[in-house]
Amino acid sequence: MDLKKVDEIIDKYNGEKGWLIGIFQDLQQEYHYLPREAMMRVVERLGIPLTQAYMVATFYKSFSLVPRGEHEIHVCLGTACHLRGGQRLVENFERALKVKVGGTTGDMKFTLETVNCLGACALAPLVMVDQKNYGKMTADKIGKTLAEYRKDGEGKSHGKD
Amino acid sequence: MEKIKNPQELERLRLSILKDLKPDRLQVMVCGGPGCLSIGSDQVAAAFSEEMKKQGLNGRVSLKKTGCQGLCERGPLVTLLPSEILYQRVSEKDAAEIVAETLMKGKTVERLLYDDPKTGEKIPKQKEIPFYRHQVRIALRNNGFIDPTDIREYIANGGYAALAKALTSMTSEEIIRTIEKSGLRGRGGGGFPAGKKWRSCRDAQGDVRYVVCNGDEGDPGAFMDRAVMEGDPHSVIEGMIIGAFAIGANQGFLYVRNEYPLAVQKLTLALAQAREYGILGKNIFSSGFGFDARINRGGGAFVCGESSALMASLEGRAGEPRAKYIHTVERGLYDKPTNLNNVETWANVPVIITRGADWFASLGTEGSKGTKVFSLVGKVKNTGLVEVPMGITLREIIYNIGGGILKDREFKAVQTGGPSGGCIPKSLIDMRVDFDELTKAGSMMGSGGMIVMDETDCMVDVAKYFTKFLEEESCGKCTPCREGVRRMKEVLTDITEGRGTEKSIPLLEELSQAIILGSLCALGGTAPNPVLSTLRYFRDEYEAHIKEKRCPAGVCKELIHYSILEEFCNGCHRCFRECPQEAVSGEVKKPHKIDQKKCIKCGICYDVCKFDAVAKK
Repeated sequence: MDLKKVDEIIDKYNGEKGWLIGIFQDLQQEYHYLPREAMMRVVERLGIPLTQAYMVATFYKSFSLVPRGEHEIHVCLGTACHLRGGQRLVENFERALKVKVGGTTGDMKFTLETVNCLGACALAPLVMVDQKNYGKMTADKIGKTLAEYRKDGEGKSHGKD
Repeated sequence: MEKIKNPQELERLRLSILKDLKPDRLQVMVCGGPGCLSIGSDQVAAAFSEEMKKQGLNGRVSLKKTGCQGLCERGPLVTLLPSEILYQRVSEKDAAEIVAETLMKGKTVERLLYDDPKTGEKIPKQKEIPFYRHQVRIALRNNGFIDPTDIREYIANGGYAALAKALTSMTSEEIIRTIEKSGLRGRGGGGFPAGKKWRSCRDAQGDVRYVVCNGDEGDPGAFMDRAVMEGDPHSVIEGMIIGAFAIGANQGFLYVRNEYPLAVQKLTLALAQAREYGILGKNIFSSGFGFDARINRGGGAFVCGESSALMASLEGRAGEPRAKYIHTVERGLYDKPTNLNNVETWANVPVIITRGADWFASLGTEGSKGTKVFSLVGKVKNTGLVEVPMGITLREIIYNIGGGILKDREFKAVQTGGPSGGCIPKSLIDMRVDFDELTKAGSMMGSGGMIVMDETDCMVDVAKYFTKFLEEESCGKCTPCREGVRRMKEVLTDITEGRGTEKSIPLLEELSQAIILGSLCALGGTAPNPVLSTLRYFRDEYEAHIKEKRCPAGVCKELIHYSILEEFCNGCHRCFRECPQEAVSGEVKKPHKIDQKKCIKCGICYDVCKFDAVAKK
């Protein structure tokens, strides 16, 4: 793995210990997870114990130690979304993608996650794919939404027409 | 950029900006709040820019993207000044007509006006719409009116004048006394008197002190702080500098939720602009006082809203709270005296300095002064962001501002205080909303999420929802919280899945007491609140689940089944096509049926039916 990018990120924060979470955020954004080599480099450069880095990496929901899918789906489970059927959406996404929450599809296309609140409650129930919001989501629109991210349009309809 | 050296220069700058910005000319303000952005307000703004060019209005009308204008339900919103006309649900296609009719000829476009759901009457002016009429805006004073990416707009509206006043004409003691006298209490949830906190921090032993802004708005269904950070970031920064001066801190930290990238972006820009003008940095307004602030992004942990956990996170560690027999005002970040306030609290400070403690204290109730911002969401007609004086009744908020319950269903409860709060039933709808009344009712103010529920919401399910949330978010340090909350969730799951017994409720109550007694921080200490408050007001619903194996609201999946009401079904075949289990049968134009053996209760048929012919029972 090329550590140049990792070093650039660490340099951006002057290698300060207090910025560990910020450094991890940037790494997560860059690689969609925290690669082992990158973490080791951070530990070495910041002069912190690996246990501390590991504790931070596993404590916060933002970070993943395993590679994530190309697209991240976040089903909002804020209270407003919950009342308007957010949990049912989660179950239907799980069925459509054949993975559980936190899982990644076999083709590494999608990772399914829930999020505590996205703060756009007027659009409940809300689903965010990467940075795009899908408001007033219903289970029957799942196939169409996923198809936007699949070139071959696979899964476009789970109905019978 | 010339740095501002004193209050006179600030005032001169303000006047010159006003000359540049020409506030009396026509202004088109497109809402850039999270709700409106998600449904294309950026494209609306682009369409306006294009149309204004095309129709020759360039340079004569100013166009700006503001922060949240509040009425998210009717977005994308566009407000025009000076006429104060509010257009709702504006699409990019409407821009041409608004420019041609309203901007060129001064005529209103009727179909885009707000129509009152009660009377059907069209209301053109923003402030006359009931949603806005009953509000009092202090923390949201600039939100929706200024361009948050331009410090000059903030200054033009009197921004940083409070800072100039505090730094050049007030002592630390005078500022703290003003905040104390104003009665300002922390808006983040606890409601601790802000002035008292500042004083303790200033008087604590230590050479270095810090101020922190808590922007880790974690409560689900709450987006007040997000709106302030995105819509008026300078108000928060100004409040922080004033606080830092009073306390004697030279470094500040803004801890912002990672899920709010736009807030981070706006605050970063605001800090940079403030530095350019010399509002941050050394010797601010030639007072000898220096201050700067930096932004840290959170990592997606709810517990980091707790002050000692947040400070651990700022130091780059896991966000575990610690026992607070030594308060964070004495030993906080890096063991230095640290004063932490929430976004909304900081945003209130400049106004209190400018208008005085007496003015602020004249608003609100005996123990809760000023206003509170709420995000009014759930089963209410006008989902949105509102700021109301303390002491307003729940009924006024839900019916006068919120416009009543969605689909005119029966109001059941309102949930406040997030996962630490509780559900307030219909019988208390005339209750006055302030810190103490909400606590008395078994809930709490919290950061300001207000989630309205109707007859189709199951209170046991709501209790389970929050308990599950807390189970996932418990940091795991204290066993009663880590294991107790999990056990409570298991008991609630049993109840909602038809396995509840007569021992379930007493067990929940016993666990609640143990968790409250045995947890270090407020997350654990208040974790049983959702269960206790629903047990207090909706015990019959628990009993229906336990004794009759029935969910009266029709929510709990294991206790309901879906069926098609023959009299409403016209055989459109939609559910037939969409059912993933092929559980629906029937011919076109004839009533359909659901095979209960095949049905997995995914609810798709219920969602897609346009004729309300699918029943959940």
